[in-house]
Amino acid sequence: MKAKITSWIEGLSQSKGKNLFFTFALITFSVFSVIAQQSVTGTVISKEGPVAGASVSVKGTNKGTSADSNGQFTVSNVSSNSVLVISSIGYVSKEVTVGNQMSLTITLENDSQSLNEVVVIGYGTQKKKDLTGSVVSISSVDFQKGNIVTPDQLVAGKVAGVQITSNGGAPGAGSTIRIRGGSSLNANNDPLIVIDGVPLDNNGISGAANALSFINPNDIESFNVLKDASATAIYGSRASNGVILITTKRGKKGGEMKVSVSSVASSAQARAYVDVLSAADFTSIINSKGTADQKALLGKTSTDWQKEIYRNAISIDNNVSITGSIKNVPVRASVGYLNQNGILKTSNMDRISTSIGLSPSFFNNSLQVDLNLKSSVINNNFANQGAIGTAVGFDPTQAVKGSDFGGYFEWLDPATKKPNSLGPKNPVALLELQKDQSNVRRTIANAVFNYKMPFLPELRANANVAIDKSSSEGTINIPTGIANSYDRGGKAGTYSQTKDNKTFEFYLNYVKTIGMHKFDVMGGYSYQDFLRDNTDLDKNIAGTVFNNTYYKTQNTLVSFYGRANYSLNDKYLLTFTLRNDGSSRFSPENRWGVFPSAAAAWKISEEFKDSEVISDLKLRLGWGVTGQQDVFSDYPYLARYTNSEPNAQYQLGNTFLNTLRPEGYDANIKWEQTTTKNIGLDFGFKKVGITGSIDVYQKETKDLLSVIPVPAGSNLTNQILTNVGNLENKGVEVTLNFNPIHTANVNWDFGVNATFNQSNITNLTKVQDPTYKGILVGGISGGVGNTIQIHSIGYSPYTFYVYQQVYDNGGKPVEGLYVDRNGDGKISSDDRYRFESPNSKYFFGASSNLQIKDFSFGFVLRANVGNYMYNNTNSNSAVYRAATGGNNFLSNLVPNVKETNFNNTQYFSDYYIQNASFLRVDNISFGYNLNRLLNTKKYNAQLSLNVQNAFIVTKYQGLDPEVGGGIDNNMYPRPRTISLGLNVNF
Amino acid sequence: MKAKYISIVKGLSLSIVLSILSSCMGDLDRIPFIEVTSATVFKDPANYKPLLAKLYAGLAVSGQQGPAGKPDISGIDEGFSTYLRQYFKAQELPTDEAVIGWNDGSLPSYHTMTWTSGNEFITAMYNRIYYQIGICNEYIRETSDEKLASRGIKSPEIKMYRAEARFLRALSYYHALDMFGSVPFVTEKDAVGSFLPKQISKADLFTYIESELKAIEVDMAEPRKNEYARADKAAAWTLLTKLYLNAEVYIGAGKYTEAITSAKKVIGAGYVLEAKYQNLFLADNNKSAEIIFPIAFDGTKTKTWGGMTFMVHAPVGGKMNPADFGIGGGWGGLRTTQQFVDHFDDKTGKTDSRAMFFTDGQNKEVADISSFADGYAITKYKNVTSTGVKGSDPEGNFPDTDFPMFRLADVYLMYAEAVLRGGSGGDLTTALQYVNALRARAYNGAQGNVSLLNLDLIIRERGRELYWECHRRTDLIRFKMFTGASYVWAWKGGTKAGAGVSDNMKLFPIPSSDIVANPNLVQNTGY
Repeated sequence: MKAKITSWIEGLSQSKGKNLFFTFALITFSVFSVIAQQSVTGTVISKEGPVAGASVSVKGTNKGTSADSNGQFTVSNVSSNSVLVISSIGYVSKEVTVGNQMSLTITLENDSQSLNEVVVIGYGTQKKKDLTGSVVSISSVDFQKGNIVTPDQLVAGKVAGVQITSNGGAPGAGSTIRIRGGSSLNANNDPLIVIDGVPLDNNGISGAANALSFINPNDIESFNVLKDASATAIYGSRASNGVILITTKRGKKGGEMKVSVSSVASSAQARAYVDVLSAADFTSIINSKGTADQKALLGKTSTDWQKEIYRNAISIDNNVSITGSIKNVPVRASVGYLNQNGILKTSNMDRISTSIGLSPSFFNNSLQVDLNLKSSVINNNFANQGAIGTAVGFDPTQAVKGSDFGGYFEWLDPATKKPNSLGPKNPVALLELQKDQSNVRRTIANAVFNYKMPFLPELRANANVAIDKSSSEGTINIPTGIANSYDRGGKAGTYSQTKDNKTFEFYLNYVKTIGMHKFDVMGGYSYQDFLRDNTDLDKNIAGTVFNNTYYKTQNTLVSFYGRANYSLNDKYLLTFTLRNDGSSRFSPENRWGVFPSAAAAWKISEEFKDSEVISDLKLRLGWGVTGQQDVFSDYPYLARYTNSEPNAQYQLGNTFLNTLRPEGYDANIKWEQTTTKNIGLDFGFKKVGITGSIDVYQKETKDLLSVIPVPAGSNLTNQILTNVGNLENKGVEVTLNFNPIHTANVNWDFGVNATFNQSNITNLTKVQDPTYKGILVGGISGGVGNTIQIHSIGYSPYTFYVYQQVYDNGGKPVEGLYVDRNGDGKISSDDRYRFESPNSKYFFGASSNLQIKDFSFGFVLRANVGNYMYNNTNSNSAVYRAATGGNNFLSNLVPNVKETNFNNTQYFSDYYIQNASFLRVDNISFGYNLNRLLNTKKYNAQLSLNVQNAFIVTKYQGLDPEVGGGIDNNMYPRPRTISLGLNVNF
Repeated sequence: MKAKYISIVKGLSLSIVLSILSSCMGDLDRIPFIEVTSATVFKDPANYKPLLAKLYAGLAVSGQQGPAGKPDISGIDEGFSTYLRQYFKAQELPTDEAVIGWNDGSLPSYHTMTWTSGNEFITAMYNRIYYQIGICNEYIRETSDEKLASRGIKSPEIKMYRAEARFLRALSYYHALDMFGSVPFVTEKDAVGSFLPKQISKADLFTYIESELKAIEVDMAEPRKNEYARADKAAAWTLLTKLYLNAEVYIGAGKYTEAITSAKKVIGAGYVLEAKYQNLFLADNNKSAEIIFPIAFDGTKTKTWGGMTFMVHAPVGGKMNPADFGIGGGWGGLRTTQQFVDHFDDKTGKTDSRAMFFTDGQNKEVADISSFADGYAITKYKNVTSTGVKGSDPEGNFPDTDFPMFRLADVYLMYAEAVLRGGSGGDLTTALQYVNALRARAYNGAQGNVSLLNLDLIIRERGRELYWECHRRTDLIRFKMFTGASYVWAWKGGTKAGAGVSDNMKLFPIPSSDIVANPNLVQNTGY
């Protein structure tokens, strides 16, 4: 996986033996030159052909240009002793003296190891070869392709140690991202996401399926994933779960104006349906098990309810961008329009996204400014996802349409002839008769000022001012007189939210090379403020108000940070970072946390400079401490009093009073701390074209922010968020990239990554007690308040906590019979045991990209091994009681009931814990370059065909083995999507 | 010159940075926009009544948003977490009076009496009790004379509020004593924070509750003179009566004379029996002059998925018409055992109007606890008024019906029982008169009157009169019928016919969560 970063960033980096000032000035900027003699033209080629967009600069001046799509360039006003520096990402830079030549052909050598790649790190950039931490960079060429509408899906399966699990198939749905397992039990486990230097908050945006859906994936140039503490600790208190740095595309200095137009049309279908009993099977079960009243409820048709709620969903995604330079000011502007239909009827997301990036320079280039504006408007139509589960269980003998209640069949109360309030509602009516819409705007704007001290070029100052604002408006409308919300008289609900986040960052960076010693030191200050409010009004159609709430909250982070890089002879590298974070969420005594890190690297390959075999060999060692302050409440340390809502008043006399409640709190609450150790080895072999890395890590979190029972009577509630417990993650990550075929006409890249991760809770309580079972978690559907998982010491978080099923001689589970594991002669909750967990022990990703002349073929696949799932669909719907247990309604069953013959639900049987290891082919892509066909050089046209979610290999019996949390209960199914795209650049 | 330039730039940037820093550091002291903090809440005298209202509301709702959202306690489904719903489950499900069909976690073990210290419902009851004690302590602490004086607040009402807070704390400690025995003990002297409360013996806790109820008497309102739903002297006396009547269970020494003394104070306070038994359990029961202390609910202003919402919805299922109960639909869960039904000679309700059984489509025998059709349903609680008008909630979810926590009939029967158990200060004639007053109301005439009292009649009469009012477990224990095999009912001990259970089941276990959190605690015997 190669990373490509726009070349101007490269200019910011430091390379050995060059004066930073000159490197900076020469490569990056072009201003007027005083010498004017001749002009020279040339062609930049490599063994694959012309190198489009290669950067050409004149050494010692600020002059430069970039090659066109045929690799051709012209530089004027050069002298015969001018030296041209030609560079392009993925190639070794080359210097050529102009001499008397008027026309040059420059052949660049492939730099397959990409060691000169510049990767974005926290507050700066660094050459990949100089990294001491575990950082993975994925650029746009390696992104997942097809109908990708949110950024998080771009890199699924691409990075070892990073698990990206989409939260279902709804339009714009987000993903659960876990880097090296979660480092917390109760606090947030999402990585910090930084877009163009703006750290985002981890809270969702109301009215949006996913806060990241406001970023158009087409605008993204690269993802940089910081995994170990040496890389992340500069982000201190928000870095325990890793950091993802997203860089958007930018214009190039002096580049021609280029226009890129892309259009993708896609079609999505349900990959499969939950297997349910047919109308005939169901009828015979009711006739044998039901009462006379229940038999009378049976209908006479045959309806496949799942087919009624899903559809073939067509979506389009159109994008136009212009990139180039206006009067030497690099510019990029883009507009995107997405209209995505979900396979669940009525679900739709419509997005208009715009982005503008300008990079002017002033004062002889000593001040460089980057202006970024990203703004999106999303209109959502949320489908009532309750229809998904209802369709699985709805009586298949009933017709969709009926006479009353909006024209749909509904279960009625026999006495009142009104909709049965406990019965399921017609799933088609749930979708068609409910309007749940939102309109959400989000704007992220920032200005980065990078000032190089003219008289001290080693020193630069960088300031970043950013705002991140969003506003949401939503309405939910359900008419009166239909079964859904019948008793309350329909619904006319509205909600809104505004978020206003501000960021100010400032740092100074000093770089100096003295002989074989290179120093790169920076120190900075950061201020971030997060303000949000929301309203919620729930009325019925007649205007009766059921709920009307308003909430506003704010938190602030102030930080100081610094980093020192030292390199000796370009062989030995040291990095130290330190961050001091202050969070408004903690009391003044506990407010400040210090997060240090240290790392060292040895470029062993420097010892074998002339080796024909080794292209890269580097050993990295890292240690660091990161924090966690994302605790869901902004004021957890304060003694607060909360007013009740008007629907939770209490009557004293003739007056209903809003009550005032004292809140439980822990005045001493503080940071959660994660200590990470990492050993990594990067390697590359020249002839065989293999590069890769191995990382071994251990993450130990102490003072976990945990919600635990307080000693009864000692606080103002029963459970409190406090610092207790320890959690450990350890694992191994391996990444291998192959480039086995590499000729003028054929190129094949193949990458695999593998991760082993183990999470283990090592402490949970303030007072050690071996009899303590743990914290019950993992609510299931069925009954009320039932949980199937437990956090307990010595086990992975969310381990399943179940009874051990007893089987008969035929291997069938015996209903209600469990192993008396504690041998006390009775079956009680003490006999539940811990059995497997939803966390994958191993996970793998593989990507392949084969290019033969104009044709390309690629695929991405992912595999998880050792993860288990609670099949909640079976535990709920594979029992006869589910068919007949309803009060004046019937429910369909799933065929597993014929296996078990269970009459009553056995929610806690380990029978329902199933191996959910899987191999999923995420993406198959075909591309065809039309240039040769159209015989044109004026523009570059590419046709693509993608199949997403092509197929899954798994033993798991449910619909999809990949459900975040490990409880399979009617997730919005991920569709199979086929998309056709056309991309034209001119 | 270069150096000078640098120093200017340095100085300039430093001063910019410093000025930004100083303004930004202060931003770390964020205070809530919506909630108030302890620093301000007690300065305003108007806040003291809403704070008191929370102590009462703690018995009714689940949190600060109705019917759910912003819960008081966590770790359990919010609808399950309310005081009254858990109190009902703890006091009724392990007895002959109620079975519930739902397969919610460890709920079935309540009826089969196979609960463990990990039982989430027992844990929720315990947590609710200590939630009440905790917020009462906070209120009592913040309303001390010294603190009020220091804030310059001179309001005589707050003294009465404070006495009521002490009453509510005593009530919860009484429940703790009754259900858990020797428990952690915290008072207003223990500040909020991480400390480990000490366990108090049953005898000391008994003495503490008794002394508190006596001490607050002077500050409590006269009987029937307080605002509706606030506790008065009679509420404190009733609680004292219950404490004394059960003293033999709690401390191994009878206090029947004291029980009679306090029962007489209540009886003499002017409460009158409601003319029609059913009216005590309807949406307008707030009008009743029989109820001494209610938990108040309202269909639009006091909403919860627990409390009376549970008690009105859970018993409705099968062929019962939800409209008759003033609700949109039943939850099909609660019924009763055949053994309880048999306490009524006439099960039709035609003679004894308290026999409110729904039998159409219901089997009398409880063969399968999960099946709503097994066991007679009960139609006691309804969200319709005495004139047949549906309650105020247009959704048909949340009843207006209040819960009669203490009512005169209970005090009559306690008086009679204390006399029969040898207490002095009362007499059998009066006792008989009280019992027959209840029977005459039930039969709408003297035809059901009895001429002779004995303890066996009292426990049956308490069942007939007070079923599903959260007295049964305590009553059966006092009559030595709860554990052992002398009296069994369907599914007691986990068998269909019923089986004896060991005596340690008289107390619930202290939840394992608190045993872990507080190493000072010693678990009850047998768990």
